[in-house]
This record gives sequence, C-alpha cells and structure tokens, in this order.
Amino acid sequence: MDVVFLDKTRDDAFVAEVERESGQNVALCYQCGNCTAGCPYTFAYDIPVSQIMRLLQAGQKDRLLKCKSIWLCATCESCTTRCPNNIDVAKIMDVLRHQARRHGLAGERNVKVFWDAFLDSVKAHGRVFELGALATYVTRTGRFWTDMDLGPKIFPKGKIGFKPHDIKGKDEVKKIFDRFMEESSK
Amino acid sequence: MSSPRTYAYYPGCSGLGTSMEYDISTRAVCKALGMTLTDIPDWSCCGSTPAHTVDHSFSTALSARNLKIAAKAGLSTVTTPCPSCLTNLKTAGKNVKDAEFKKKVEILLDGQLPELPEVMSVLQALYEDIGADVVAEHVKKPLTGLKVACYYGCIMNRPPEVMEFDDPEHPIAMDKLMEAAGATVIPFPLKVECCGASLGVARKDVVAKLTGKLIDTAAGLGVDALVTACPLCQMNLDLRQDQANAALGTRHRIPVFYYTQLLGLAFDLPEEALGLDKLCVDPHHALETAKERAQNTKVREETA
Repeated sequence: MDVVFLDKTRDDAFVAEVERESGQNVALCYQCGNCTAGCPYTFAYDIPVSQIMRLLQAGQKDRLLKCKSIWLCATCESCTTRCPNNIDVAKIMDVLRHQARRHGLAGERNVKVFWDAFLDSVKAHGRVFELGALATYVTRTGRFWTDMDLGPKIFPKGKIGFKPHDIKGKDEVKKIFDRFMEESSK
Repeated sequence: MSSPRTYAYYPGCSGLGTSMEYDISTRAVCKALGMTLTDIPDWSCCGSTPAHTVDHSFSTALSARNLKIAAKAGLSTVTTPCPSCLTNLKTAGKNVKDAEFKKKVEILLDGQLPELPEVMSVLQALYEDIGADVVAEHVKKPLTGLKVACYYGCIMNRPPEVMEFDDPEHPIAMDKLMEAAGATVIPFPLKVECCGASLGVARKDVVAKLTGKLIDTAAGLGVDALVTACPLCQMNLDLRQDQANAALGTRHRIPVFYYTQLLGLAFDLPEEALGLDKLCVDPHHALETAKERAQNTKVREETA
C-alpha cells in the first residue's frame, strides 16, 4: 500500500468541487469495501473503487485524475446500488472523468478516444453511425487490427450500415454540442 | 396508473444497425399484443455512455431533446428496448426536476422544457402494462423443452431509485415472460453482472474476460441459449463469443436471443419478422434440441 502524505498533497478545493458536482458527501464512505467486492472491473483497475473513495477523502487530485480506473468504469451501477450509505459512487466516477477531461488527462487514452469518436459521430449526424465511429477510432489510435476478426461474422448479416442515418434536426443536435463547448469555456 | 397502450417509441441508434433484430422483433411482438408504438419523430442519439462521461447537463440535453419532442406530440409514455437509452432518458427526466440543473439544460437546448413524459423499458411495459398472463394467452407455439438463462445486464434495473422497475439484484420480469412463452428458465446467478459494455473496442481483453465468465457459467448450467434485453450485452455475448472463447480456452457455441425474438417464436410469428438470421451464433440447433427434448419427454410421459 502506498503512503499518502496528507500535508503535502491534500487538495481540499478538489474534494469540495467533486462533492458539489456530484451532489455526494464523500465523508460518508467508511471503507466497507462493498463497492470493490461487487465491481466487475476490479481485476483491470489500477486503483480499486473503495480506494478511489479513500483517496478522494484525502484530496489526492493528481493520483485520481491520472488513474486508469475512472476510464474503465462502465457505469454498471453495482457500486451505487450496493453502497450501504447511499453514496452514488458511479456518479462520483463520472465526475472524476469530467475533471480529468478538463485537465486534458486520460489514463486509458483509447477508451476516451472511442467515446469521443462516438460523440463526434452523433454531432455530425444526430445519431451514431457505428461503422463511421469505429473508423474514426481506428484512424485516431492507429489500431488498424481492431475487431478485424468480427468483420466476416457481422458484414454478411447486413447489420452494419455503410451510410450514416442523418436526421433532419442534425443541426439542432450539433448546436447542443456547440452551446456546451461555449458554456464550458465560460 | 391505467394501462397505456399507446407509447412513444425510442428505437435507439443500434436498432438501425447492430441490434436491428431487437428493433424488428420488438415491433412485431408489441403489435401482436395490441400495443401501438409511435416513433418519436426525428429522434436523435441519447449520447449513451460517452455523453455522461463528458458532462451531466450535456447528456441530459441530448436525451431531453427526444423527450421534448414526444411531449409536444402529446405522448405521455416513452418506451425503449435499449437499457442504455433507457437509463439516459430516465436520468434526464430525474435531473431536470432540479430547477437549477433544468436551467443549464434549457440553455443547451435553447428553449424551455415542457413537462417531460414518463420513460419505461419495453420489458417493463410488457411485464407491467400487458402482463405475463396476457402474454401467455398469445402463445401459439410454446417453447417447451428450451432451457434458457435470462441475462438482464447491469443497468435495466439499477440503480433502483432511478430505474424503478423489478429488483436490482434478482430481476424476474424476463424470467416470467419466458415462462409464459413455455421455456424452461434455469436460475442464472450472473443475471445483473456487467458484460464489459462498450469497452469491447478499446479493451477487448476486459470484455472477453467478463463475457467469458457469463457464457461459461451459462454453459455449466446446461442451458440451450442465453436471453438478453440489451443490444450491447447481446453483441458482446454473441458477436464476441469467439473472442471470449479464445481468452478462456473454451469452445462454447451458445446462441444469444433477444427475449422479444423468443416471444415472437412462441407467438408463431415468422422468423424473418424476428431477425433470427441476424444472430451470429446460429440458434437453430438449440431450437431443434429443445423440440427433440420436448418430444422425448412427451413420449416418456405417454409410455409411463
């Protein structure tokens, strides 16, 4: 277990910010470990979710915003559902991702690139264009072999469209993205 | 609440692509049960997981655009087959009950939000509004002999304060509908465990491990098929089944149906109307096995 020097790295403003944005009281976590026990991703996490809660109480901003776990959390809501103190842990994971994004951090870059490719597709067409989003991901990561094995299984089924389904109100949707960018830069 | 039989329908983006068989079988089954689904005009993406990892007012705005259109069309209940769309639409509805939050969303939408409609999954509508007994009355070809494990995925029922449907740890709605269709439901301990969700593209290893566990457990229980209610779960379990097999060193070939496809088969709807040919693991062997099993049981009973 790593040693955390509270006198050197504690960031109280960070704790307050996470509490405000998530609407949760992080002091309520008493480290029962229920979230970690039920989290399907613990095997892949660099910091288990209960330790994320503890580091959050200790205001360890840098550690948390750089970690991989917040990008591997799939929001399966197991932690939130099972927390005995009704802490919405999954929402805190979301808020940590929001903050990491604002600081230009992504401990699992490819996960972020995939999510961004998905959203870019929604911004362009109003709905996600599955093949287009995958192509964007492949281009941005250079991982050209991604899911190549699945092509022969799925293409003959006719389930993958080769053209996006643009909606009439796609400009309206694009404006939601634009206004969000504008608001968040204020 | 009286039983609403007209619903605003939100298909979700994957319904036009990788889960088209879920969309068509949902429409076919609802029609057979006398439900009217009116597509939300010009609906847009709910933002799925990626949007709520960016910002909550942003993801709420993407969902609220659709709820607003449904409200303007005078539709009081929105239904969707996809649990990811469901959780976004429901969370959006909850979020805008906070006046301050609502203002932020209205800025992003550049307009005021009316009172937003209720949102429920198609599974909830079938189970609560129609009912397993009425579903059973529509069964013409019971799925006798078919052993299935019902897999709900993680977010159809969680968190309970938001989803307000069935049980967050041991949901039973799909089990009851499958029993109504005549299938044998084998208790499945991993019915709400996460399959790895959208990490399949960026972290195939994570999804292979999680879906591998689901498939391996189901196989150990001796089921003929898995039944799902989620496009992403279905894709991970079906399309990615060989990736899981490779990771685990197994050779499972378990078909993964949408529950609406099996209901449709029990209603004797044509296979084309249910998109059975769209499944990657061919389900016909499982269906034949079930028929033989049912036949053998019948012969044994008659000769006993």
